[in-house]
Amino acid sequence: MSAPLLEVQNLAVRFPTRTGRVDAVRGVSFTLGRERLGIVGESGSGKSQTGRAILGLTAPSAQVTADRLRFDGQDLLTMGDAERRRLRGKRIAMVLQDPKYSLDPVMSIGRQIMETLRTHERVSRSEARERALAMLEAVQIRDPKRVFELYPHEVSGGMGQRAMIAMMLIAGPELLIADEPTSALDVTVQLEILAILDSLVRHKGMGLIFVSHDLRLVSSFCDRVLVMYAGRVVEEIAARDLSQAQHPYTRGLLNCMPEIGASRHPLPVLERQAEWAR
Amino acid sequence: MSVMGNTTPPPLAEPQLSRREWLLSDRPTSRTQAKLGRAYVAWRRFAENRLALIGLIIILALVLVAISADLLAPYSPTIGNLATARLLPPSWEHWLGTDDQGRDILSRLIYGSRLTLYVVVLVAIIAAPIGLLIGTVSGYAGGWVDAVLMRITDIFLAFPKLVLALALVAALGPGIENAVIAIAVTSWPPYARIARAETMQVRNSDYISAVRLMGASPIRIVLRHIMPLCMSSLIVRVTLDMAGIILTAAGLGFLGLGAQPPLPEWGAMIASGRRFILDQWWVAAAPGVAILLVSLGFNLLGDGLRDALDPRSSGQ
Amino acid sequence: MMANTASTPALSIRGLEVTYDHFRALKGVSLDIAPRESFGLVGESGSGKSTLLRAVAGLAPVSAGTIALDGQTLGNRRDKEFYRRVQMVFQDPYGSLHPRHTVDRLLREPLDIHGVSDGENRINRALDEVGLGSGFRFRYPHQLSGGQRQRVAIARALIVEPSILLLDEPTSALDASVQAEVLNLLEQIRRDRALTFVMVSHDLAVVTHMCDRLMVMQDGAEVEQLTSPELAERRVTKDYTVNLLRASEGFTRRQSA
Repeated sequence: MSAPLLEVQNLAVRFPTRTGRVDAVRGVSFTLGRERLGIVGESGSGKSQTGRAILGLTAPSAQVTADRLRFDGQDLLTMGDAERRRLRGKRIAMVLQDPKYSLDPVMSIGRQIMETLRTHERVSRSEARERALAMLEAVQIRDPKRVFELYPHEVSGGMGQRAMIAMMLIAGPELLIADEPTSALDVTVQLEILAILDSLVRHKGMGLIFVSHDLRLVSSFCDRVLVMYAGRVVEEIAARDLSQAQHPYTRGLLNCMPEIGASRHPLPVLERQAEWAR
Repeated sequence: MSVMGNTTPPPLAEPQLSRREWLLSDRPTSRTQAKLGRAYVAWRRFAENRLALIGLIIILALVLVAISADLLAPYSPTIGNLATARLLPPSWEHWLGTDDQGRDILSRLIYGSRLTLYVVVLVAIIAAPIGLLIGTVSGYAGGWVDAVLMRITDIFLAFPKLVLALALVAALGPGIENAVIAIAVTSWPPYARIARAETMQVRNSDYISAVRLMGASPIRIVLRHIMPLCMSSLIVRVTLDMAGIILTAAGLGFLGLGAQPPLPEWGAMIASGRRFILDQWWVAAAPGVAILLVSLGFNLLGDGLRDALDPRSSGQ
Repeated sequence: MMANTASTPALSIRGLEVTYDHFRALKGVSLDIAPRESFGLVGESGSGKSTLLRAVAGLAPVSAGTIALDGQTLGNRRDKEFYRRVQMVFQDPYGSLHPRHTVDRLLREPLDIHGVSDGENRINRALDEVGLGSGFRFRYPHQLSGGQRQRVAIARALIVEPSILLLDEPTSALDASVQAEVLNLLEQIRRDRALTFVMVSHDLAVVTHMCDRLMVMQDGAEVEQLTSPELAERRVTKDYTVNLLRASEGFTRRQSA
């Protein structure tokens, strides 16, 4: 395995609230090479907060602590805001669930991609335009020139997510964090987006953290899976060994989904154990 | 998906709950407890705001003074001593001095608080329901009902408030009741607008659809499901408007179209003090400060209520 | 009434069209659902599956076609009687409960509207039936989890004892483990109360699990109707259905060879 791109050790995210402290992430550790890592869990498991903490996008009220949080040897925790912002977008990028909320509604898609590129690299307008068009083509948009001029509300969800991915990948990041990138999309569109992500990640040799609630989807897409429960990683497993998962939570999660052709009435339900959260 | 790990509090054996815990319980066991708990959360949010508390204290003080005016006021508000007590400066006998009729200004202010409250409360209970009704009906019904009601609202909004009120009082004749009617008639349109906007927002929500699917009549939906949702923003708006209502009433009084002499209305008091403003400043200044204080109180209170009742933040 | 109830469909739809501002959301759909049957509507966004359900409930503007309940054709206006027979559960448990009403008030409202007496007992029974218990009675929606909210929504639909339940993606906003619980609950209720289900979902696995028969929809029209066993054995005729089936099996690396 290559040298670690990202090292996370004992990461914790806490939110002070009116009724006391909420521990969203409690001591998560992992290392990531140039590979695809899936982080799976249900709502409230802390999976999204883990991704956000790495990017430094946690809400200002939260406390983020870790024994180690290093990207390519640089310490992310001691890094200044400006430096971190430069890193974000240039070397680490994030794709969010719903393109509707992450694209600027009053700027054309093409211009947004160009702006992103020009904030990270010194390139002329014409070159930025060339590269933006090439990027739109790379995310398999058939008519990049037309889409370039469109505004976010004029495109479908799938198209918007492609544009989002194009925008995130234009600066050539080394690590991509995708937080439920396909959950808002139809199943057939979902697969197209995943295929695009897959080929881009492999051709460019990026590291990928894929955050999702869908255990099956993640395991069909990633090399390795972290299963989170109540802010902790309860199991780390190679995706192809998922059927041999040990932790009862992972097994329960796999079991409780209905399957085409399997007649299980009633469906097995997950009996949550208090010790999983410990 | 996951925003934050909502770690549920550990299951308590629930021995003896303190009163605070009982109120904040996630598992209320009666309707009253649920209602009180909700009110308590709103109160705590309100009480965190110091300025809002000051506003509340000012308004409570106003109410107390109005109620116990007979006990508090040292002199009669309407009968003065023309022979010996005309235009006296503030002193131990007359804390705020006397006016040109020889009446004690403090006593007049104290009795005047009743008139101020009377105007404010009457305007609120006339204008707010009209606005609420027109706004919610207009927003829920849509179509031509909406068009007609909103054009009427626009007509009222097109006139400057004070000018319209003046015209109405001129037509109805001067007097405090007519001033109240005039102010109420001119202040409902913004409430209708707010209620309509809020209604349009919730009209197509699933929970209103769900009520329709139970077979509820449109009247029931508007009265029981939509109006309560508009209430909080309306209360906030009305409270913030109170200052304006007081000023309009004072303005009408000042112009001689509101309360008639010898009623101790604050606006009218300023008007009568105007003639001596350079030599006997206290005659006009005292009611002026009273108006300022009460307006400020209502504004602070309204701001606090907005933070405490804002429907958009009341999810949690 | 002459009609034999065993042969009359519980719900019969003929040539149904729905038009929103010149947009034809539903383009002439016909189907029959037998009493006590569980019928699924599957498709992607924009397929018209939810529109069909809303049209039956009287929440969408029908521009052509007929809807008949137990053989009686419905007019444009639905009466109270209709809503005692047909109820609906919505997709988003965060949006379908009035934010200012306690569970108690939410469940009492349909009883008040229909003038049902014996409210206390019915509310407690309904809460028990959906597995919540009376401890939840005086909570506000924000004090409940997504799964608990959806149970309240189900209790509210059941409290007037309807014979047909319309389910609009009832579990798609829930976590997988909670989805299993809610699906089990729905099956249990259907068995106990001999209900007719019409269920909309984008998830083929959920629909085949829950329904006897289903209709695949695309662009406001029917693609095909089949039974769940046919689908499970991949005996499908249309390409679109084949695509959907493949997509629901997860990601496969086609170009990896």
